[in-house]
Amino acid sequence: MPKSWQKESAIVIAIALILVYALPFAINTFTLSVLLIYGMLGLSLGLIWGFGGILCFGQTAFFGLGAYAYAISAINIGESTLPLIFSILVPAAFAALMGAMMFYGRLADVYLGVITLVVTLILFKFINSTASPIYVIGEARLGGYNGIPGFQTLNIPGRPDDYIWGDAFYYFCFAALVIVYLLVSWLLRSSFGRIAIGIRENDERMSLMGYDTRARKTVLFAIGAAIAGLAGGLFANWAEIVTPGLFSLGQSAEIIIWCIVGGLGTRLGPIIGAASLAYLKFLLGQQSMIDNTLIMGLILVLFVLFLPKGIVPAISDLWAASFGRRRKRLRKSRRGTRVMSNG
Amino acid sequence: MVEVALETKNLSMRFGGICAVDNVDFKLNAGELRCLIGPNGAGKSTFFKCVTGQLEPTGGQVFMRDEEVTGWSPHEIASLGVGIKTQVPSVLDGLTAFENIWLAARRFLSVTDANRMTDEVISRLSLGDIINSDVGQLAHGERQRVELGIVMAADPWLILLDEPAAGMSAKDVDSLTNIIHEMLKSAAVIIVEHDMQFIRSIASTVSVFHQGAMLIEDHVDRVMADQTVRNVYLGKKA
Repeated sequence: MPKSWQKESAIVIAIALILVYALPFAINTFTLSVLLIYGMLGLSLGLIWGFGGILCFGQTAFFGLGAYAYAISAINIGESTLPLIFSILVPAAFAALMGAMMFYGRLADVYLGVITLVVTLILFKFINSTASPIYVIGEARLGGYNGIPGFQTLNIPGRPDDYIWGDAFYYFCFAALVIVYLLVSWLLRSSFGRIAIGIRENDERMSLMGYDTRARKTVLFAIGAAIAGLAGGLFANWAEIVTPGLFSLGQSAEIIIWCIVGGLGTRLGPIIGAASLAYLKFLLGQQSMIDNTLIMGLILVLFVLFLPKGIVPAISDLWAASFGRRRKRLRKSRRGTRVMSNG
Repeated sequence: MVEVALETKNLSMRFGGICAVDNVDFKLNAGELRCLIGPNGAGKSTFFKCVTGQLEPTGGQVFMRDEEVTGWSPHEIASLGVGIKTQVPSVLDGLTAFENIWLAARRFLSVTDANRMTDEVISRLSLGDIINSDVGQLAHGERQRVELGIVMAADPWLILLDEPAAGMSAKDVDSLTNIIHEMLKSAAVIIVEHDMQFIRSIASTVSVFHQGAMLIEDHVDRVMADQTVRNVYLGKKA
């Protein structure tokens, strides 16, 4: 029996409360903040790929759009509340449009990957070529390869001079990730989420049941983009500059690796994969003996070979094997009845 | 007047120079059972796909309960209350039998009603032993039964079954016959089938397809006694 929603939420919040105070003893809050942001980015792809079956090679497009939407509107507005909302809405609207074109055009599988990849490339090239002063939105210059620095960072709503930064920003990111995680959990428990999983399993069957799979995939795609966009908006606050590098292909590929290593089809996997690999990259970046992309590649190969389901499913299998005797026995007896019904 | 569940007028489907379905006029009354038979390549499955929206016909019209549905997509046709089972078992492999049937019920019902309906379908199809098993792990006959459960859970008034008896054991076929009689209480049923033994056992009107066109429509016994049909089945020139 699945645990009730309230009980699960309570457990998640309790663990989060412990972690939020424990983690800063090991890693500084500045680094932790960006790990949390990457965790949220990982979760955004984990949701649409792991539960919706939509392999998007361009999750960074939404991450970057979120960051740019934040920076541009923050310069124009001078206060952070609306910009943070725009960082969610702009990528979501963009994804809804793009998703509708792909899904109503009956694109699937590899073509979907190619299109999302190309859109990311186009955005990267476009933003890179906007260095000229003619590219202005309101008071914000797009800045091309120089990026956009010097925008209003996160402040207490309505009080532009009270910045949320340092430790406070870390708590803010942590709370944001927990809220997004709980919302994703709730979504997956809802009928919408279960239907999305059904579509992942068999698109044709679900449409023969009477579900409009195109519309549902478009909505899920947009939700994933909204989460990636929020992560982008937070990243802009963390870095205090947005650059075209946000749209890079390397970053896109990394998100996919996070999901595979962490465990696809779980909510926690992509978050853990993202945070741990990003931290590893940060540590490797402090030495110059070996190129860190090589190590990333090696880790991916090792995981695909030896732990293809990823960290989180492997740990829960191990947990079930050592502590879940009762469940195992239940499963065995169920298998017994199945054999009998076959014979 | 008897209500018409499904009607096609001059339905045609061309693939390049090949005419897979050729001007087929077909009519099925509410509550009626009809079997579509014919040799391989006769156009049965293409006809089936044109009716269910999986293919868009190149000519003619399809009506369901007097509403024209030509060129509608499968989900729109299914939303009318039409249950469809495809040739290859099409189920949700990674999910349990319960979840498979629940998702079908949830399309038309609230969560509580879907739960109740799922339990009802499971007991009607005696799927109790396998409700918590992943459908991907089940035997072929069980998967077929789960798919029939998916069809039943939506409580349709028109049911289209493409080769439901394919690959089933004799025992499974018996239970399938019962299931179909059960379905007929509330729906019109069309079955595309090869297995003559099975068609005889459910004894119904048969429509014979040959080279994309409708050859004959009559009771199964008379159809099987017909010399032209025998020739078609044995591959002789009609």
